[in-house]
Amino acid sequence: MEPLVPLLVAVPLGVAFAVVLLAHVRGLRRLTGLLAVAAVVANLAISLVLIGGPTINTFVGGWGDGRTLGIQMVCDGLAKLMLVTINLVAAVSIVYAGAYMRRFTKVWLFESLFLLMTGAMNGVVLAGDLFNMFVFLEVAAIASYALVGFGCEAEELEAAFKYLILGTVGSALILLGITILYSLTGNLNMAMVSQGLAVVGRTSPAVLLAAAMLLAGLSLKAAMVPFHAWLPDAHPSAPAPISAMLSGVLIKASGVYALARVVFSVLGPSPQYATVLMVLGAASMVIGVFLAIGQWDFKRLLAYHSISQMGYVVLALGAAAAVMSRSDPDRTVAGLCLFGGLFHLFNHAAFKSLLFLSSGCIEQQAGTRLLKEMGGLSRRMPITSFCCRIGALSIAGVPPFNGFFSKLIIIISLFLAGYPVLAGVAVLVALMTLLSFIKVQRYALEGEPTKTAGAVEAPALMCIALVVLAVVCVAGGLAAIPLRDHLFAPAGDALMNASGSLTAGVTP
Amino acid sequence: MGITLYVLAFAVLLAGLYAVVAKKNIIKIIVGVLILDYAVNMMLVLVGYRSIDGQAGQAPILPGGAETGALAKSAVDPLPQAMVLTSIVIGLGLTALMVAMAIRLYEKYGTFDMNEIRRLRG
Repeated sequence: MEPLVPLLVAVPLGVAFAVVLLAHVRGLRRLTGLLAVAAVVANLAISLVLIGGPTINTFVGGWGDGRTLGIQMVCDGLAKLMLVTINLVAAVSIVYAGAYMRRFTKVWLFESLFLLMTGAMNGVVLAGDLFNMFVFLEVAAIASYALVGFGCEAEELEAAFKYLILGTVGSALILLGITILYSLTGNLNMAMVSQGLAVVGRTSPAVLLAAAMLLAGLSLKAAMVPFHAWLPDAHPSAPAPISAMLSGVLIKASGVYALARVVFSVLGPSPQYATVLMVLGAASMVIGVFLAIGQWDFKRLLAYHSISQMGYVVLALGAAAAVMSRSDPDRTVAGLCLFGGLFHLFNHAAFKSLLFLSSGCIEQQAGTRLLKEMGGLSRRMPITSFCCRIGALSIAGVPPFNGFFSKLIIIISLFLAGYPVLAGVAVLVALMTLLSFIKVQRYALEGEPTKTAGAVEAPALMCIALVVLAVVCVAGGLAAIPLRDHLFAPAGDALMNASGSLTAGVTP
Repeated sequence: MGITLYVLAFAVLLAGLYAVVAKKNIIKIIVGVLILDYAVNMMLVLVGYRSIDGQAGQAPILPGGAETGALAKSAVDPLPQAMVLTSIVIGLGLTALMVAMAIRLYEKYGTFDMNEIRRLRG
């Protein structure tokens, strides 16, 4: 299975290039969409095949096996979980885009950028050294800047420019952090940097400075409060499949995943980093939901909920780091925190992309994004409404949908880790989320049709995408235990073993 | 050497950050981002520099017929130079994107002033 790992990056990047070439050949332009779908579905198949296998360390570049001079690709439990999440959402979004993007010109440009972003995100989660992670972060980010402004309307350009400037500042901070770590340890490989830091001392001022730069830059990418200002503009301005990708996986792959990897595997969990993560997480959770509840633009409301829900994940990761940094770490509690956080990350990818895709259906068919102008859509658009309702119930944490179980596990694990106040706050935020999605149900789906009386059901391709994600939302809740055993427990172990899974097969 | 390097890079970095935060003209913000980027690039190159017994390090290029071992003892670290090259190329792509977006924004709003480019709220 080892030769499959580099394909996860190579196939989307190669096809992104081929799509541009094909688009310039007369008569072949119609094939670009099929080619893009085939590439993403092939990626999804590869990442599903990789589950359950052992940790695979691939060394690309022909420097010899086990030499960290070349590019190391680490496919451990955490990477596998992220690969499944990314490629699942990407596959659904590109199928959906087949029908949704018809109103735009130059769809091949969209397909090419979409594939670049997907391939780069796969690269981020597979990267075994800090600099490659940075390069893939940048490739994904540049593709996403262009995709946010894809419509080239005034508001879209404004949002894209804001996102571009803040994203670039974040990247510069990340690179600065990596530079300082390199100057201290003489290495870029994550495992070797971690070993080098043990010699330098993990609390020396230079290490803390590097950590501060990395945490600030990655929090900007993850849109944690107080670094969140770009997200509510950028995510709603993009076309719906891109909103689903950005909120669904980009802030996770280039924000939360990278934060977790850097804190757990490179810097090593310590009380300081745990406190930073928990403060960021709790602040995002509370402030995100308070900002969301007053929104009347459906997509903007969803974007604010992304901040709030990612707060849950980062809070759980922070609690796990706090437990791990104690003198006698209780691995069961830390494991439960990580399971809750990672489970919620996966679930959020499923229900948030479902909600963004259904908002795209409503926007296209009813012609509005404002909740007050919608109404009576459950009769006009039954499939979209049904799927939208499943997504809303999942994010609001209603049993038996997946969001209920992950929030429950996070709240229980916060109690066990010794943070009852934060657990109470998490319950309160869950109630606020429910309240805000009752508003969505009440205004968009129920009531009398006003301006949207002429709306009809969305095209079949778009409905298929919604149904697949709705099934994932229901199945994620019902199959929580088998999913934990095969997907989330290995991912949590990969984080708890510090840099253990990165060093397998490495000869320094 | 050590601490001066950090102070120098941070001074340039803060100058760039100041321009990004305080300036209202889009072009000035772009220039601020470029300064920020170059502060990090400079830091990367400076990190790779070393002097051997008071003598400045050589460029890490192997002359024809020379010993690799001897060069390794007297040359500066080549890896940051490879990294800075990558970082500069990324910076070039970003600059092109930023300028292109600034032009499109000017077409739509008729101004480079960020105070007037404010249709998104909330």
